[in-house]
Amino acid sequence: MKTAVEAKTMTLVQAITDALDTMLNEKEEVLLLGEDIGKNGGVFRATDGLQAKYGEGRVIDTPLSEAGFVGAGIGLAVNGFLPVIEIQFLGFIYPAYEQIMTHASRIRMRTMGHFTVPMVIRAPYGAGVRAPEIHCDSTEAIFTHMPGIKVVCPSSPYDAKGLLIAAIEDPDPVLYLEPMRCYRSAKEEVPEGKYSIEIGKGNKLMEGDDVTVITWGAMVPETIKAAKLMKEKNTHCDVIDLRTLFPLDKDMIAESVQKTGRTVIVHEAHATGGVGNDVLAIINDTSFLYQKAPVERVTGFDAPVPYFGFEDHYLPTPARIQQAIEKVMKF
Amino acid sequence: MENHFPIRRIMDENGHIINSDYEEKITEKLVKEFYRHMVRIRIFDRKAISLQRQGRIGTYAPYEGQEASQVGSAAALRENDWMFPTYRDHGAAMTFGHSLRNILLFWNGRNEGCVPPEGKKIFPPAIPIATQIPHAAGAAFAERKKGTVNAAIAYFGDGATSEGDFHEGLNFASVFKAPVVFFNQNNQYAISVPFNKQMNTKTIAQKALAYDMPGVRIDGNDVFMVYFETLHALERARKGEGPTLIEAVTWRYGAHTTADDPSKYRNQSESSNRRQEADPILRLERWLKNMGRFDEKWVQTIEEKAAAEIDQAIAEMEDFPPADPAVIFDHVFAEPTWQIRQQKEEYLKQMGGGR
Repeated sequence: MKTAVEAKTMTLVQAITDALDTMLNEKEEVLLLGEDIGKNGGVFRATDGLQAKYGEGRVIDTPLSEAGFVGAGIGLAVNGFLPVIEIQFLGFIYPAYEQIMTHASRIRMRTMGHFTVPMVIRAPYGAGVRAPEIHCDSTEAIFTHMPGIKVVCPSSPYDAKGLLIAAIEDPDPVLYLEPMRCYRSAKEEVPEGKYSIEIGKGNKLMEGDDVTVITWGAMVPETIKAAKLMKEKNTHCDVIDLRTLFPLDKDMIAESVQKTGRTVIVHEAHATGGVGNDVLAIINDTSFLYQKAPVERVTGFDAPVPYFGFEDHYLPTPARIQQAIEKVMKF
Repeated sequence: MENHFPIRRIMDENGHIINSDYEEKITEKLVKEFYRHMVRIRIFDRKAISLQRQGRIGTYAPYEGQEASQVGSAAALRENDWMFPTYRDHGAAMTFGHSLRNILLFWNGRNEGCVPPEGKKIFPPAIPIATQIPHAAGAAFAERKKGTVNAAIAYFGDGATSEGDFHEGLNFASVFKAPVVFFNQNNQYAISVPFNKQMNTKTIAQKALAYDMPGVRIDGNDVFMVYFETLHALERARKGEGPTLIEAVTWRYGAHTTADDPSKYRNQSESSNRRQEADPILRLERWLKNMGRFDEKWVQTIEEKAAAEIDQAIAEMEDFPPADPAVIFDHVFAEPTWQIRQQKEEYLKQMGGGR
């Protein structure tokens, strides 16, 4: 799907702005809605400059009402628009949970396709940036459990732009999770213009035959660190960045775990009910007889995400990931 | 505050016009149309209850007593307007042109029932309380952005005004001057909880003050008042003057749904008194009689016609092909995910093997 030629070096958050700019420019139906996204450009500057460029009619500061503007977004979406809604932090999405669960995700089903909701909800998520409490949640599994909505989570600037464009073009609602820890931590070349990354496809970041390590979002850099350290110890990891949390890339998972027979799943969300368990289910369903060791999970704990004074203890670290890799290797 | 929001009416209980401003606007044609619709939806409601009792449809939410509110408001809409009803507003949906068969299918557990006739912008009934209010605000905002003169109407009950979505939806519509009418049917009970336990305010209309939009309190059993007030609110909306909150004070005679028994939580003699004194259909009948225009034969004809139309819809509902399990899977996404494809294939295979 790569049609663009020129490229610019940018951060993940700049790539998001670039994707929004590309789509606002391409389709008049695209509208941005959210809190402080206009003049302020969003609390993370993801919409910086877009209101000045496209006007208050397209980049819309909403009242502080997650249920209200997600609900209104549904009304806009069924009536011909392509709303891209910014939730300031994933931890503030809960008032809108009902609108997403009972309406956005099931209007197509309820009306057999007569009404549809091509809407994107963007939300920064995750801990590790010393943010105040509730600003650090990683509750993606609430939404992967919800039939009728897709959930994506890029970890690099290139993927951020391509996945956001794919999300906006998707005919169904998509929750687009932004690892705020990665917003400005790295830069890479991002093509100008329009390109998209298929929803539902993971990305192999490192090739190795010994152990599969599956992760996404803000845990990707931590996992890469661990995998590089393990490489020095002559253990070679197949590192998968899932990129899409629903629907999971079953084929990529199966291909890799059948090759290695050993798997570590890494996510910062709580262990119980986490997306890692769905990855485990895929391994069970597709690759049971290939397994040489029980799958290890390295996750946040089943405790509320703590105040940031404790977050280094809560978040998986390269050291914890290495320990898990060693454990499956030694089994 | 109640004094600032008196219940406005055009016609009293005895069918006398008490506001002469409207006398010329009340034509025989309009009256007969209202009467016909109210009789039609009442017959439907009674038949539906009886179908539920016989096990021919599922749990059903009746609206008898609220016909003037539903018919008067829906009759004020134009063809291209949007309707966002709740589960108790299919009387309004029918008046606006929804298919009777599909409404019955909905109550019989079929997704097909949520599909409106082609070109009709009727949303599926909202089941959670008040969640449709922001949808209506959004759809109306979309019309404004497109530069049309189309408007939206959102229906909801008294209990819905306690929900956050009510306030968030009204605020959104007010901020963006969305062309929407928030049509509240205050039937004075949210299932079993009476109005005075639901809120400390005496009126719902006054809540409009907080959003700087007109709030009007009307007699929801006076079809003229309902019609003209909704028409007025829709005109304001079309002119870009923003939303209106209408509180139509009414009463449901029966249960919340066929699954409850109202005599457990209220004295049902109130319902029989209201049936005698304030019934919306009886009131219009009194007006017709007062004007010397009541025609027993005509009434009989419209009753027979409505009954035949409803019987036909019931027959179509019952003749509808059995539920195709593919429907469960085919409309979750535009393109099914691998999970859905796999689950569908496995289930259909199981069915093929098991039957």
